[in-house]
Amino acid sequence: MPARMLEANVRHHRPRVAIVELHGEINAFAEEVLNAAYADAEREAPETILLNFADVDYINSTGIALIVSLLARARKSRRRLLACGLSQHYVEIFNITRLADFMSVFPDEASALTTDPAAVGE
Amino acid sequence: MATLLDTVQRVRLMRRRPAAQATQKPALERKRQAEPLPIVIAPDDPIIAYFVSTPGAVELDKLHLDSPAVRDLRAAGVKLVIPLVSQGELVGILNLGPRLSQQDYSTDDRRLLDDLATQAAPALRVAQLVREQQAQARARERVDQELRVARLIQQTLLPRDLPAIPGWQLAAYYQPARAVGGDFYDFLYFEDGRLGIIIGDVTDKGVPAALVMATTRSILRSAAHSDRSPGAVLERANDLLHPDIPPKMFVTCLYAILDPATGRLCYANAGHDLPYQQHGDTVRELRATGMPLGLMPGMSYEDKETMLAPGDSVLFYSDGLVEAHNPEREMFGFPHLAELVRIHNTTSLIDYLLNELAEFTGAEWEQEDDVTLVTLQRAEGYGHSMSTNASATPAENPPDDQQWRMLDEWTVRSEPGNERQVIRRLAETVRNLPLPDQRLADLQTAVGEATMNAMEHGNHYDPDLPVFIQVRASETCISVRITDEGGHFELPESQTPDLEAKLAGLQSPRGWGLFLIERLVDEMRVTGDETHHTLDLLMSLEGGTNASQNA
Repeated sequence: MPARMLEANVRHHRPRVAIVELHGEINAFAEEVLNAAYADAEREAPETILLNFADVDYINSTGIALIVSLLARARKSRRRLLACGLSQHYVEIFNITRLADFMSVFPDEASALTTDPAAVGE
Repeated sequence: MATLLDTVQRVRLMRRRPAAQATQKPALERKRQAEPLPIVIAPDDPIIAYFVSTPGAVELDKLHLDSPAVRDLRAAGVKLVIPLVSQGELVGILNLGPRLSQQDYSTDDRRLLDDLATQAAPALRVAQLVREQQAQARARERVDQELRVARLIQQTLLPRDLPAIPGWQLAAYYQPARAVGGDFYDFLYFEDGRLGIIIGDVTDKGVPAALVMATTRSILRSAAHSDRSPGAVLERANDLLHPDIPPKMFVTCLYAILDPATGRLCYANAGHDLPYQQHGDTVRELRATGMPLGLMPGMSYEDKETMLAPGDSVLFYSDGLVEAHNPEREMFGFPHLAELVRIHNTTSLIDYLLNELAEFTGAEWEQEDDVTLVTLQRAEGYGHSMSTNASATPAENPPDDQQWRMLDEWTVRSEPGNERQVIRRLAETVRNLPLPDQRLADLQTAVGEATMNAMEHGNHYDPDLPVFIQVRASETCISVRITDEGGHFELPESQTPDLEAKLAGLQSPRGWGLFLIERLVDEMRVTGDETHHTLDLLMSLEGGTNASQNA
């Protein structure tokens, strides 16, 4: 069992942005929670979904695969998927895996929201 | 004095009865009444000193001595007593009743009796000595016979042959002390190729200890089913032994199961001396908690395990070795033994230890307790490759000229999520090494991924199959080896995952593990044999190539 099961909290930040706060570990055990949170985030058809990893202390290759799946879903429905709050190590992982090429990575929620067109456009 | 007491306490006298009464009794009763009745002369009775100091016949009627024995002798009708004194020691007395003629004993009679006493006393003394020696010889024979029985029980039950397992060397030594203790060892052979190793020690000595040893051995053999862990076997044995073991006796016992194919050694301990595992130039105790067998019912025993790499040795032993004393009464001791196990580099650990013991105790040593040693050694370079130099795929591995020291090694069960334990323990293990935080995070993720692969692809998430982790360091490098039971296979050629294809749904989103490992560490080596697969992940302490690339 993981040391810390993933928990997710979805906030709808203005009509066009949903923020998914993630807490815990992103691994095989996280699939259900992560997909449910993403579905919740999609509920109001936002243009942008921001994944906040500030309280995530572990992402393994299965977790990377889950994020790839979310990214694929987002691209399919033409939404932007952003990431923020990643530790320096996981920023490196996002660079190695090239996830960062397809989802912008921000240091924190505020910087993501001030940069994202959907949020800024309000 | 014992001789004298023995003699005087056995003095028997014929109590005379009045003739008129005697004639009226039937023959059988007369005979019974004529049986001599013992008169006990107490050791502190003054008559003893008197007889020794006053040679010659003594007329009791004329003897004025406050002595219970004299009163008893008079009451028994004794008139004349002739002490038998040999070399200043009273060895007996001749007691005479009144003469048949009712006359007093004459001077000639008394001289004759004195002469007789002079001749009889040494003869009696010789006879007594012979009888004592015969009694002592019989007692010695009884003890010797008991020791022979005890030895026979023990030696009959100890294994005649040592297990012959390719790639492994087992040796055993058993030397009973003169008194014969209750040491034993045993080997159990399971159909799946595993080997059970038992070493034990019964409290007490001699036949009782040997009988308890025989019982314990039988109980352990019957309890040791192949699907029971060592702890479960000891638990069962304890419950079976407890009702029958004599009070104040118990058995310390260590039971280990070796899987020769993997080097995995599972063990549990019922209060026995802790075995030592020697690995390279390190030694460690194999600890597991548990009470001795037979003390209390319902005990549980901790199951532990270790992995034996090629070149590793394990010593099982009894307390006769560590509790041996030298002429200065210093004990051989555990630290001394541990150090010898650590530094030994000869082929036979047993010979080495026995030589050291002989040197310690000196030539005059009388062995105090049984000495039992069982050693288990994994041959260098045999079996699966824990050493890069002994790799099954040497062409792929550059010569390893590093001087490695082992920092830690352990196993984890193949259960999802267990890579987190490995990641945490790795961080603790290397925390004092000069490894920047970012590099440590890279190594942790790589090791976590390798452990996941080992659990999933090598061991198919069978919880009972372990993943073995070794962390070593040299002056310039950290090595983490992750070994599973999947057997050697060639890893697929390294490819960068096609993220576009994955995002387009053309490929599985998975398949990042090996890619990440390769990118995060400086070097990855793959070794293995028929049953094992090992990934050796190397991280430079001086700033590896990947560190500069990824920084």
